[in-house]
Amino acid sequence: MTGQPLLSVKDLRVEFPSRRGVLTAIDGISFDLREGEVLGVVGESGAGKSLTGTAVIGLLEPPGRIAGGEIRLKGERIDNLPPAAMRKLRGKRIGMVFQDPLTSLNPLFTIGDQIIETIMTHLPVSERQARDRAVALLEEVGIPAAGQRLSAYPHQFSGGMRQRVVIALALCAEPELVIADEPTTALDVSVQSQIIRLLQRVCRDHGTAVMLITHDMGVIAETADRVAVMYSGRIAEIGPVRDVIKSPSHPYTIGLMGAIPSLTGDHDRLTQIPGSMPRLDSIPTGCAFNPRCALTMDRCRVERPDLIPAGESQAACWKLLESEEASR
Amino acid sequence: MLAFTIRRLLQAVLVMLVVALISFTLFRFVGDPVNQMVGVETTPEQREALRERLGLNDPVLVQFGRFITKAARFDFGTSYQFRQPVAELIGRRLPATLELSFVSAVLALLVGIPMGVYTGLHRDSWLSKLFLSISLIGISLPTFFIGILLIFVFAVTLQWLPSFGRGGVVQLGWWSTGLLTWSGIKALILPAITLGLFQMTLIMRLVRSEMLEVIRTDYIKFARARGLRERSINFRHALKNTLVPVITITGLQLGSIIAFAIITETVFQWPGMGLLFLQAVQNVDIPIMAAYLMLIAFLFVTINLIVDLLYFRVDPRLRVERAAH
Amino acid sequence: MTTVTDKTPDRQEPAAPGRIARVLDSDIFHSFWRSKVTVLSAFITLLFIIGAAFAPWLAPHNPFDLATISILDARLPPIGMEYHDPSYLLGTDDQGRDVFSGILYGARISLAVGFLSVFFAAVVGVLLGLIAGYVGGKVDAIIMRIAEVQLTFPAILIALLVDGVARALVGNLDRERYAFWILVFSIALSFWVQFARTVRGSTLVERNKEYVQAARLIGIPPFLIMIRHVLPNVIGPVLVIATINLGLAVITEATLSFLGVGIPPTQPSLGTLVRIGNDFLFSGEWWIAMFPGCALAILVLAVNLLGDWLRDALNPKLR
Repeated sequence: MTGQPLLSVKDLRVEFPSRRGVLTAIDGISFDLREGEVLGVVGESGAGKSLTGTAVIGLLEPPGRIAGGEIRLKGERIDNLPPAAMRKLRGKRIGMVFQDPLTSLNPLFTIGDQIIETIMTHLPVSERQARDRAVALLEEVGIPAAGQRLSAYPHQFSGGMRQRVVIALALCAEPELVIADEPTTALDVSVQSQIIRLLQRVCRDHGTAVMLITHDMGVIAETADRVAVMYSGRIAEIGPVRDVIKSPSHPYTIGLMGAIPSLTGDHDRLTQIPGSMPRLDSIPTGCAFNPRCALTMDRCRVERPDLIPAGESQAACWKLLESEEASR
Repeated sequence: MLAFTIRRLLQAVLVMLVVALISFTLFRFVGDPVNQMVGVETTPEQREALRERLGLNDPVLVQFGRFITKAARFDFGTSYQFRQPVAELIGRRLPATLELSFVSAVLALLVGIPMGVYTGLHRDSWLSKLFLSISLIGISLPTFFIGILLIFVFAVTLQWLPSFGRGGVVQLGWWSTGLLTWSGIKALILPAITLGLFQMTLIMRLVRSEMLEVIRTDYIKFARARGLRERSINFRHALKNTLVPVITITGLQLGSIIAFAIITETVFQWPGMGLLFLQAVQNVDIPIMAAYLMLIAFLFVTINLIVDLLYFRVDPRLRVERAAH
Repeated sequence: MTTVTDKTPDRQEPAAPGRIARVLDSDIFHSFWRSKVTVLSAFITLLFIIGAAFAPWLAPHNPFDLATISILDARLPPIGMEYHDPSYLLGTDDQGRDVFSGILYGARISLAVGFLSVFFAAVVGVLLGLIAGYVGGKVDAIIMRIAEVQLTFPAILIALLVDGVARALVGNLDRERYAFWILVFSIALSFWVQFARTVRGSTLVERNKEYVQAARLIGIPPFLIMIRHVLPNVIGPVLVIATINLGLAVITEATLSFLGVGIPPTQPSLGTLVRIGNDFLFSGEWWIAMFPGCALAILVLAVNLLGDWLRDALNPKLR
């Protein structure tokens, strides 16, 4: 990795104080994102992938809070910015696409209102210019008759169309990074791939980096350059998509790959990972995956593994160290 | 939109008919009207003649029809206690009640909504907690006791404001207003606060809880994620979404303000219809009770109609869905 | 909650603490003790209930016993003011009746009217709600229409009307004898709607569940099943509505009595006491109205705070 990364997250910890003690939802994760790169973040629900996104854009809901580590955007620390500065950065430098397009648009305002307001908040343009820009953006995301649709209300659009509007909204001030939090989960299967391709195309055209949060390994395989697999608030494995998919190193990733049905391939039974992810208040010591792992060793139950290089990628598993030593 | 309006109008008419039926039943069957109108020495023949003349021997449906047609012309017969036409009695008292109710409602809205927005946005600030405590006390204090407290402090102890009556009144056609004289305005202050306080706390708590709800929605989160200005998020995007329920409840509240005026008018001896109605209840003056009931129902129905139409202004979703029907 | 002292084989239910222990560990219980305001309001409410229930034994004087009251003791100020009489803690009214005892007896009547009317409103409302939700169709439409029309009228107005009708029916003199029950009836009548609406909603949800259909197939009267399954579901909301309505019922009773259409002065409730005292406000005897009024306000405030807490505790989503 050469040059300065666009986004750099180091040892990020997110905590939720609760009546029964502090829950650690994200426990020391680190990753980098280069300009124009698409990073996929996968994991089961509750693994902390959405929280990572909200932490980066500074929208953690109290009582959730960043308890440690740092987040840098082009080298500049953004996790401790004052609220006003962070507000200016949101939308302008980091955009976000939410999961459900049906609920992420304000029902009482026309989409024109919403786009123009966002543009004028961040860019020094006149209302006339903002309007032209809005029309151009809507055309770019594939809304037909964009000029007339400016005065339409969100409920007059279908789900897929609304998600296009949401993407236009996220991109309207030319951010360097877009965080897309499960952008297709709430959509019909038939439009999911259209939206994913649209997001990919538009971001490539604008040179925008994407942090694509999803639980769908298929989407990642199709879209991302690199992927981070999250488990129980930690990164289990991170690396180039091809590597991770072709030769996953972490037992959890291997399990995940076993769980994708393949259209072309063999008719093997889909493998399933036994058990389920631990709740936040009962994360086991050592490797969080150890109770479900077929290869658990004594060390896994006591000591937490760090990311260990495995080919092009890195994985947090003691087995790797063992095989490395064995091959030496 | 038109179809919707017509349907609402029909519903309103239906409600009015039901209320008219209740009023009529009161009027006709609770206490014999003839007994109320004649003395002890009246002979049975005279009574019978009066019954015939009043149409009390006609079929009930005919009587009900007559009651409604008369009611539509504001003819509710003669008060038993005052021996005067009910419509005239009420007409004379109406302006006092409406003025009081209107001023209270405006007060409740102007103070309640900003307080609600503030407490919704700054949940944990000490000022919010203070507002909330005050509102709880406001809800727990019975209206009449608020009035008495205010009288005790501002009229008896400090002697700043009058404790009863309307003060100087100016006649504008058939409407009498106290808003044009200084003494009239001074007389209005305490009753208006008394009447408005309860509604104000209700509106404040409603706006607050709606605000809390709206602020959690995805579209507000998305607005934040787009870096919109805090003020625009709170006062444009969030507030507008709280308005639909607020309009509903406020509409209902405005109606109940007019009814609650009974209490305030009693405490402050305010010469409005509430006081008239209370005297009617105590003296079993059925025509006044019936007329008051009809009038209140009419005001309610009108307010509800206006509220429903206001929805269309606020919520674009309704416009389309209704049109599609 | 329990500590394991020795490892006897007798460990059959390790994860099943008793019912009481579960209640003690529940979130509701914790949120109760955590909120000082709630504990205080519960304490005050309890104090009022005890004071009201045992008024004849607790009150220093009997305000209704004409033999013990003397007009010579009339309008004595409360303790701490000039000319006070130490046996009258909060002073006396125009008849020489002890204000403090009057409050105890008054709270008795206020609370009785409040509890009874809310109880009847809840019974009627829950039943009608169950019927409306379960039977559906025309019955549902009629019940809910009535509810809607009634909702447009404030409780106080309905209660006043019922009172007016009652006067017309039984005559002004007899009314005093029945005043208590007329009041209970008219307040209950104006409060049932909220219960009915809540229960109807839950019933509608429950009715369409499969086990109800299944029960019908086996031949169990589904209505019984409904009651068994719907009631537990709505007990929380019904409790919240009941608590909040208790405060409202006490206010309504007091208001009606203050307006002179409620409890007659021979058996004064808190509202009646304020009405009596109101006449003496201008002549300087403020305590006759103020103490009963403050007692009323504190009682209602405490009940409302309890209701607020209950609503939040049972519905964490709203917080």
